[in-house]
Amino acid sequence: MALPSSNITPSASLQAPSLLFRLRSKFTSSNLFILFLFSTIALLALPVLTVFSFIFEPASDVWNHLVNTVLSDYLTNSLLLLLGVAAGTLSMGITTAWLTSMYDFPGRRAIEWALLLPLAMPAYIIAYTYTGLLDFAGPVQTYLRELFGWQYGDYWFPEIRSLFGAICMLSLVLYPYIYLLARASFLEQSVVTMEAARTLGAGPWKRFFHVALPMARPAIVAGTSLALMETLADYGTVQYFGVSTFTTGIFRTWFGLGDQGAAAQLAAMLLGFVLMLILLERYSRKQAQYHQQSSRYSIHKRETIIGIKRLIASFLCFMPIVLGFSIPFILLAQWALGETIDSAFLLLAWNSLTLAFTASLLALTLAIILGYGQRLFPTKTVKAGVRVATLGYAVPGTVIAVGIIIPLAWIDNTIDAWAIETFDVGTGLIFSGSLFILLFAYLVRFLAVALGSVESGLQTIKPSMDDSARSLGFTPIQVLRKVHLPIIRPSLFTALLLVFVDVLKELPATLILRPFNFNTLAVRAYELASDEQLASAAPAAITIVLTGLIPVILLNRSINKSTLDNHQ
Amino acid sequence: MNLAKFFTKAVISTLLLSSTSLLAAPEVNLYSARKEALIKPLLDQFTEKTGISVNLVTGKADALLTRLKSEGRNTPADVFLTTDAGRLHRAEDAKVLQPVQSESLNNAIPASYRDPEGYWFGLSLRARPIMYVKGKVDPKTLSTYEALATPELKGKICIRSSSNIYNQSLVASMIAVDGEAKTESWAKGLVGNMARPPKGGDRDQIKAAAAGQCDIAVANTYYFGKMLAGGDASQKSAAEKLAIFWPNQDGRGTHVNISGAGVTAHAKHKDNAIKLIEFLASEDAQAWYAQVNYEYPVREGVKPSKVLAEWGNFKADNLNLSQLGDLNSKAVMLMDRAGWK
Repeated sequence: MALPSSNITPSASLQAPSLLFRLRSKFTSSNLFILFLFSTIALLALPVLTVFSFIFEPASDVWNHLVNTVLSDYLTNSLLLLLGVAAGTLSMGITTAWLTSMYDFPGRRAIEWALLLPLAMPAYIIAYTYTGLLDFAGPVQTYLRELFGWQYGDYWFPEIRSLFGAICMLSLVLYPYIYLLARASFLEQSVVTMEAARTLGAGPWKRFFHVALPMARPAIVAGTSLALMETLADYGTVQYFGVSTFTTGIFRTWFGLGDQGAAAQLAAMLLGFVLMLILLERYSRKQAQYHQQSSRYSIHKRETIIGIKRLIASFLCFMPIVLGFSIPFILLAQWALGETIDSAFLLLAWNSLTLAFTASLLALTLAIILGYGQRLFPTKTVKAGVRVATLGYAVPGTVIAVGIIIPLAWIDNTIDAWAIETFDVGTGLIFSGSLFILLFAYLVRFLAVALGSVESGLQTIKPSMDDSARSLGFTPIQVLRKVHLPIIRPSLFTALLLVFVDVLKELPATLILRPFNFNTLAVRAYELASDEQLASAAPAAITIVLTGLIPVILLNRSINKSTLDNHQ
Repeated sequence: MNLAKFFTKAVISTLLLSSTSLLAAPEVNLYSARKEALIKPLLDQFTEKTGISVNLVTGKADALLTRLKSEGRNTPADVFLTTDAGRLHRAEDAKVLQPVQSESLNNAIPASYRDPEGYWFGLSLRARPIMYVKGKVDPKTLSTYEALATPELKGKICIRSSSNIYNQSLVASMIAVDGEAKTESWAKGLVGNMARPPKGGDRDQIKAAAAGQCDIAVANTYYFGKMLAGGDASQKSAAEKLAIFWPNQDGRGTHVNISGAGVTAHAKHKDNAIKLIEFLASEDAQAWYAQVNYEYPVREGVKPSKVLAEWGNFKADNLNLSQLGDLNSKAVMLMDRAGWK
C-alpha cells in the first residue's frame, strides 16, 4: 500500500510543540507495538510451521512413489478445481453484488440477504444432498428411467460426483464471499464518482467495467482468494466425490501411508499454491491503487429497471439462492421430518453459537491490529509476516489441528514438568486441555477471512486521511478509533459474519481438539453424515443452517444501516 | 453493542460448560474413534450399571492418536477405542497403550482378536463380503476375492476409493497371503472390472448395484444391515435387491476387521478403564453390537441378531490382525500403482 512515509518518520511530529517528549513516547510505544505484532504473528504461524518442519524428517521412498504415481493427478485436479471455482464464484458473486447494489427490481430487498444463505451451508452437506438427488440411484434419474424406459447406459446424464460436480458444489457455497465483499465495496463507493461517470456519458456497462469494478478490485480479489483458499482446504466434498486433490493426498499419505514427511511435502506444495494466490492478489493491488477521492458521500439511489431486463436481473439473482440454498434445504428438511429433535440440540446450538461468537470477535480484534499495523508500518517484513500468519486458512483443518496439538501439548508438558520440579505440583494440560486450544485453532484457520475484509475496507480510505488526522494531533490509536473504524464499519461487520459462519461449520479441528463431552452442531451433523446416515444427520445440518441465519440477517441489517449512516 | 461484556460472558460460560465434568466422580475418560451415536448408548448402560460416569471425545482415529502421543503423561484419556486393527497396532507401536491382564477379557475374546500381551482387545467384528444383485448373478459363479479380477466381470463391479481404510485392510490381507506381485496384478484386474471410477461410501456401492450400474458390490455388512432395517424405504428396497456372498470359504475365509480398545499408558483411572472394556466385551454389550449396529460379536456364544442370522454362518479369515497394520502402507502404494483411485 502506498502510504506516505511521513506517518512513521519523526518528521510528522516536527509540527507538534513538545517535540522531544512526543518523539520518545512514540518510539517506545511503536517498538512495543511491533513486538506485539510479531509475537502475534509468530504464534499464529506456529501450527503451519510445525507441519512444515516435518519436511526435514528423513526422506522416504514414499515421496518417489507419489511422484511416479499420483502427484500429477493431484496437481491437475487441484488446478482445475481452483480455476473452475474461481470462474463460478466470480461470475455469481459479482453479478449479484452489482445488480443488488445498483438496481431496484421486485424482491431486491429479500434477495439481498437471501444471497448470503448458501454461506450457512457446509460444502460437504450440499454435496451429500445433491448426490442424493442427482445420482444414478437418485429420484431424478430413476424418474427419467421410468418415464422413458431407459436402462443403465442408454442415456447420458451429468455425473454429479466428478470434478465438475465438485466445482459446482464449492462455487455454490463460496460465491457469497465475493458477493459480500464486492457489495460492501460497491456500496462504499462514492455516488459522486458514479454520477461523474454518468454525466461524462458512460453507459451502465462502461460505468461497471471502467469505474466500479476497478474500484472494487481489492474487495473482489480478497473475496476470490478467500474462496480459493477455502477450496484448497476442502476435504469433505472432494473426498466424497472421489476427486483426488492435494487435500485428499495429504490425508492418504499421512494416515494411510503413515508418512508424515511426505505428507508435509505435499502440504508444502499446497502452500505453494496459496503463496501464488497471495502474490497474485498483491500484484493486482499494486497495479492500481484506488481510493475514494471525493469526501462527499450522498445516499446512494438505486436505478429502477423495467421490462425484460427486470426479469433477467431477478432470475440471475434467484438462481444462486435456489441452487445454493433452497433445493438442498428442502431436501434436508424432508430427510429431517422423520427424525426427532430433542433438547440436546439446544445445548449443541448453544455451544456452537458461543464458540462462533467468541472466535469471530477475537479474529476481528486481531485482524484490526494486524491490518492497521500494516498500514502504520508498511515494511516488507511486517507485510510478509502478516501473510504468513494467515496461511492457516488454506490448510485442511485436520492438518492444522495436528500442527496445534503438538507444540501446545509440548508447552503444557514442559510447564507441568517445571512446576512439578519446583513446587511438587503438576499443572496438567493448561492450554491443550481446554477450549483455549479450540479458539486458537479457529484463529489460525479463519484470521485470513477477517483480515481480508478489514484490509479491503482500510484500502478504500485514502492515506491522506491518516495524514490530516495525525496533523490535527490524533495519535495512531485515535486515528483508528475515530476515523478508520467508523468508516469501515460495513467491512467490520462482514468480517464478523464470515468468521462466525465459518466457525459454525468448522469440523475437523473441532472434532480433534475439543474437550470431553463437548459437541457442536457440525460435529453431530458430520458424524452421522459420514456414517452414511444422511437422514439422521439432517436435523443437525438444518440447525446449523438455521443458526447461521440469525447472524446473517442481523449483520446484513447492520451492514446496510452503517452504509446509510456513513453516507449521510 | 457492548461487545466486551458479551465477550466476557461468552468465554466464562463456555469454560464453565466444559469444566462441569471435573466435579463428577468416579469417572473414566474415553477417546473414541467410533462415532458418538455408535457408542454412547453402551456407555450410558455402563454408567447405569456401575455408577462410573464416562467422559467422551470422539474424532478421527489417527488424529486422536496424535493427540494421545502429544499429551504424553498428562493425557486425560484412560481408554482409546478405535476401529481397524491396524490402528490399534499403530497405537501400541506409539507406546500410548499399556498391557492389561484380565481374566474375564481373555476368556471372553478369542486369542486372534486381541493382542497377545493385552495392549488391545477386539470388541466387535466387521466383515467385508461380496454382494451381488439377485437374478443377475449366479452365486455359483462367485468364489473368492481373487476371482473378482477375472475378465468375465469387466464393467460389473462397484467398490469405493482406495483412500478408504476398509479397502486398504482388505488389500493388506491379500498381500499377507498372496504376496505383493500377485496382489498388484489382481488390483489392476479389479480396476479394469470397475463399472465406474470409485466414489461415495459403502452404501453408495450397494445403491448403484441395485439401480443397475453394476452387478457386484463390495461393502461392509453393517451398512447392508442398516439399509435393510433402517427407516428409509428407498434404501431398504435397494438393499433387498442384493444378497451376500461369503468369499474364500474353501480357503482362508472372508476378510474381517475389528473395532477394539486399549488402556492408555498414562491412565489415571486404570481400574475403571479395565471395567469399561470388560463391560464392552460382556454378553449384553456384545448382543447390542449385533442388534443395533449389525456387527458380529467377538465373543463366542452370543446370539446374533435376526438379520445377521439370515445371512448365514461364514468362515472368517483368521489372519493375525496386527499384520494389517504392518502392511497398510504397502497396500496403499500398491493401489496407487494399480490406478485404483
